[in-house]
Amino acid sequence: MGVSALLATLFGPLLGSIAILFIHRDQTTAIKRTAMVISCVTFLLSLLMIPAFDASNTALQFVVNQPWIPALDAGFRLGVDGISLPLVLLTTLIMPIALLASYDSIGKSVKEYYALMLLLQFGMTGVFMAWDTFLFYVFWELILIPMYFIIGIWGGKDRIYAAIKFFLYTLVGSLLMLVAIVWLGLESQWAGHGFTADLTKLQQISSHVGFNVQQFLFWAFALSFLIKVPLFPLHTWLPDAHVQAPTAGSVILAGVLLKLGTYGLIRFNLGLFPQASVHFAEIISVFAVIGIVYGALVAMVQTDIKKLVAYSSVSHLGFVVLGIFSVTTEGVQGAVLQMVNHGISTPMLFLCVGVLYERRHTREIADYGGITKVMPRFAVLFAIAMFASVGLPGLNGFVGEFLTLLGAFKSQTLGSWTYAIISASGVIFAAVYLLWMFQRVMFGTNDNAENHHLRDLSRSEYWQLVPLALLAIWLGVNPKPLMNMSEKGVQAVVNWVQNPSTAAPTITVPTQAPHAAHSMNTHR
Amino acid sequence: MNIDFFGSLPLIVIWLALGAVGIAIQAFVRNNTRLIFGYYVATLVATAVLAIITAGHKSIAFNGMVALGGFSNYFDVLFCGAGLMTMMAARPYLQRENAEIDEFYTLLVSAVSGMMFMSHANNLLVLFVGVELMSISFYVMAGFLRTNSRSIEAGLKYFLLGAFASGFLVYGMALIYGATGSLQYDVIASHIATGQVNFPALLSIGAVLMAVALGFKVAAFPFHQWAPDVYEGAPSVVTAFMSTAGKAAAFASFIMVFAALMPHGNVLTPKLQNMLALVSAITMLIGNITAIAQTNVKRMLAYSSVAHAGYLLMGIVANSDQGSMAVVFYVTSYVFMQLGAFVVVGILERGNEQHLQISDYAGLAKRQPVLAFAMAVFMFALAGIPPLAGFFGKYLLFVSAIESGFLWLTLVAVLSSVISAYFYLGLIVKMYFSESQGHHEPNPAGMAGITLVVAATASIVLGLFTTQLLSVYGSW
Repeated sequence: MGVSALLATLFGPLLGSIAILFIHRDQTTAIKRTAMVISCVTFLLSLLMIPAFDASNTALQFVVNQPWIPALDAGFRLGVDGISLPLVLLTTLIMPIALLASYDSIGKSVKEYYALMLLLQFGMTGVFMAWDTFLFYVFWELILIPMYFIIGIWGGKDRIYAAIKFFLYTLVGSLLMLVAIVWLGLESQWAGHGFTADLTKLQQISSHVGFNVQQFLFWAFALSFLIKVPLFPLHTWLPDAHVQAPTAGSVILAGVLLKLGTYGLIRFNLGLFPQASVHFAEIISVFAVIGIVYGALVAMVQTDIKKLVAYSSVSHLGFVVLGIFSVTTEGVQGAVLQMVNHGISTPMLFLCVGVLYERRHTREIADYGGITKVMPRFAVLFAIAMFASVGLPGLNGFVGEFLTLLGAFKSQTLGSWTYAIISASGVIFAAVYLLWMFQRVMFGTNDNAENHHLRDLSRSEYWQLVPLALLAIWLGVNPKPLMNMSEKGVQAVVNWVQNPSTAAPTITVPTQAPHAAHSMNTHR
Repeated sequence: MNIDFFGSLPLIVIWLALGAVGIAIQAFVRNNTRLIFGYYVATLVATAVLAIITAGHKSIAFNGMVALGGFSNYFDVLFCGAGLMTMMAARPYLQRENAEIDEFYTLLVSAVSGMMFMSHANNLLVLFVGVELMSISFYVMAGFLRTNSRSIEAGLKYFLLGAFASGFLVYGMALIYGATGSLQYDVIASHIATGQVNFPALLSIGAVLMAVALGFKVAAFPFHQWAPDVYEGAPSVVTAFMSTAGKAAAFASFIMVFAALMPHGNVLTPKLQNMLALVSAITMLIGNITAIAQTNVKRMLAYSSVAHAGYLLMGIVANSDQGSMAVVFYVTSYVFMQLGAFVVVGILERGNEQHLQISDYAGLAKRQPVLAFAMAVFMFALAGIPPLAGFFGKYLLFVSAIESGFLWLTLVAVLSSVISAYFYLGLIVKMYFSESQGHHEPNPAGMAGITLVVAATASIVLGLFTTQLLSVYGSW
C-alpha cells in the first residue's frame, strides 16, 4: 500500500496539472474545483503512508526502482525515510491551503496558475522522494519554472525583478550542484563501480573520496542548498521574492521551498560527505548564527509586514542550519521538527498578511492599528500564528527551536557553547519583533477611518487558517508522533557522520554498537 | 575499386533526385513551386528512410573515400529532418515575402547533400567538396531576398568570409597531407598514432588550420564575427537552417577529423585539447555575454548560437567516445530548439525588419498563447532547464569534460549557462509578464505550424527519452 500511496502522492498533482490543460480557460470554477479536488485527494492519499511507514526501521521505505537512462545509471529511484516523510506530508498539506488562498485573489490566467501550482507540487514532492542524484536534480530544477512564472505573472509591482533574481540565484547554485553530481558519478566510475546516480551506491563510495575533492563537492552541494535555505549572506533573493509573490506563492515558498535546501543539506551534505561536514560545521554554523541574529534585527526595523515575516524566515531557518551542523541527534531532529513547524507557522503568518492586504491593499504596519476590535476572530488566529512563530511553549515552534539549541549546546563537533548562547538571543528578538508588530497592527486605537469597517474572516479564510492553527497546537502539545517518525532516520545520519569509517555502510558488523546498525539506512 | 551500392543508397538517391531529375523537372516545368516543393519533400523523406534502412550496413567504400552506415547515417537523418522542417516553414515565409522561387528548394536540398557528404567523408577531399557544396548553397540562400539590402549584405559577407575560411581548410589539408602522406582519415590517424609523421611542425600547423576552418563553420571564437550579421540579415528560415543543420554538419566533421588528429598518447593531443578548450570557454562566454546586450531577437539568437558552439566544443575537447556521444545528442536537441526559435521569429516578423525587437514580443502570451508557449519551451530548452532536451545534452557534455580532466571548462560552462539564462528568461519575461503595446496580427503560420509542433515536441520529449535516442545511436 505504501508504494501505491507514494506514487499517487507524487503523480497525482502531475496528472491534475495535465487534466487542467484540457479544461476550457473560461470555465474558471471547474478549473479551481479540479485543482482543489486533486490536491485534497493527494493529501488524503499521502496520509495513507503514515500507517504503512515503519518508524522503527531505518531503511528507505516504499522503494521504487525503475531504470531510466542505463548509460548513466540514472534511474527512477524513489522512497521515503523518517526525514523525508514529514516533509512530503507538509507539502501535500500546504498545497490545498495555498490553492484555497488563491481562490479569490488570483483573477487573471486562472488556468495557467492552477496548472503551474500543481506542477510545482509535483516537483517539490519529487525532490523529497528522489533517491537518485540525477532524478533529484531534474525535480530540483523543475520547481524553478512554475515558481518563476507564479512570481512573475501573479506577483506585485516589482515582480519581474524578483522573479529573475529568484531564478538566477537558484540556478547559480544548482548548476554547481550539477557539476558535483557528475563528478560524484565519475568518482564511482574511477573506483571501479561504474558511473552511477544511485544514492545508495554513491554513499558507499563518497566517504572514500579524497578529502580535497570531498571539500569541493561538499561546497558545490552546500552552496546550492544554502542559497535555497537561504543562509546569510545568500539570502537577498528571499525578501524580494516573498514580498512580490502572491499570498499563495509566499505560502509555498516559506512552507515548502525553503525546506528543500535544509533537506538537501541533511540528505546530501551530511549523507555523502561526513568528513567534510564535520570539517566545515563550524564555519557554516557561524553564518547560521549570524543569520539568526541578523534576520531578527532586520525584521525588527521593517515597516512592511510581509517583509518582516520574510526576514523572520531568514532567522528561523538559521536555527535549522545550526541544528543540522551541530551533528547531534537532538540538533538534527530539532532541525527536522523546526522545518515542519516553520512550514506550518510561517504560511499562517503569510495568510494573515494576505487577509489584511485583501481588505486594505497595504502592508505598511503604520496603516493599521486596533484591528482586534473590528476583526476579533482574525485576531485569535493571527495571535496563534504569531506565538507559534515566536516559539511559545505549548505551540509547535518551541520544540524544534529548543532541540536545535540543545543540539548546538551539546555538540562536540562545534565544541563551544557560544553558538547556542548567541542563537538563543534570536528567540528573544523573535518575540520582540513579532509581538511589537502584532501590537502595532492589532492593538491600540483604531484611528484610521478606513480600518473602521473591515469585515472579519470569510469562510474560505477560516478553512485556510484553522487547520494550520489546530496542527500548531497539536504539535506543540504532542510532538511525540512526529519525533518518533523522524528519530531513526536522524540517528542513522548522525551516526554515519560521526563515525564514517566504523559505520561505513559497506561494512556490516552485526556485533557493533547500535550506532553502526542505524547507519544501515544509508543503503537499502 | 569497391563500390558499395546498397550502403551508398542515401547518397545516390539524393544526388540523382537533385542532379538529374530535379534539374530536368525544373527545366520543363516552369512556375510550379508546388510541384517542386512536393518533389523535394519526397526526396528528403526517401533519403532519410534509406539512411535508416542502411544504417546497420557499415563499410568504407569508393577506395576509402566515403564512410557508410552508423554515425554518418544518424547525421543524414538529422540533416534531412532539419531540411524538411525548414521547407515546411519556408513555404509560407517565402510566399509572404514574394520570393518563392523553385530554386530555393533546390538550393536547400543541395545544402543537405553537402552536409551528407561532410558526415560521410572519410577523406579530406570529400570533406572539402561537402563543405563547399553546403557553403555555396548557404551563400545564395542567405542573399535570397533580392530586394532586401540586409539579405544581400548577409549573402555577400558570408561568401567573402566563407571563401577565406575555405582557404584555411585547403591549406590545413595540404599540410596534413605533407606530414602524413595521406588524406584518408583512418590512415592519418594510424600514422599519427604510430609516429610516422614526416614534419611534426607541419602536422601541428595543419591541425590548427583545420580547427580554424571548422571553427569558422561552427562560429567559434575568434571566427564568430560573421555569424551575428549573417544570421540577422539572412531570411529567418534560412538562418534557422544554417545555424542548426549547418552547425550539426560542421560538428560531425569536427568529431571525425579531430578523432583522427588527436589519438590518445600523442604529444600533440593535449596541446590541441587545451587550445580547443580555450576556444570553447571564450566562445561560450563571448556568445552569452554579448547576447545579453542585444535588443534584436534574431541577433540575440545568433549570439546564443555562437555560445552553443562553445558548449558543443566541450565534447570535442573531451576527445572520447563519451564526448562524441554528448556532441551528437546535444547537437540533435540543439537543431530542434534553435530551429524552432527562429521559425517563431519568422512567423512574427514582417517584411522590412519589422517586429524583430525584443520589445515587440511584449504580451505575446496574451495575443498568441500557442506561439508564446512554443517559444518559451525553446528558450527553457536552450537555457538547459530540465526536463527539456537541452539539459540532458549539457549533462552528457559535462560528464565527458570532467571525465577527461577539464573541470575548469565545465565550471566556465556553468557560469555561462547562468549568464545565458538571463537573456532567455528576458524574452519569456517580455512574452508572459509584460503588457503588449499596440496590436499587430502575426502572420498565419500555415505549414510552419507543423515545424513548430515537431520542434517543440522534440524539445520536450528528447529529454525524457534520452535512453532511446542514445541506444538508437549506439546500435547504428
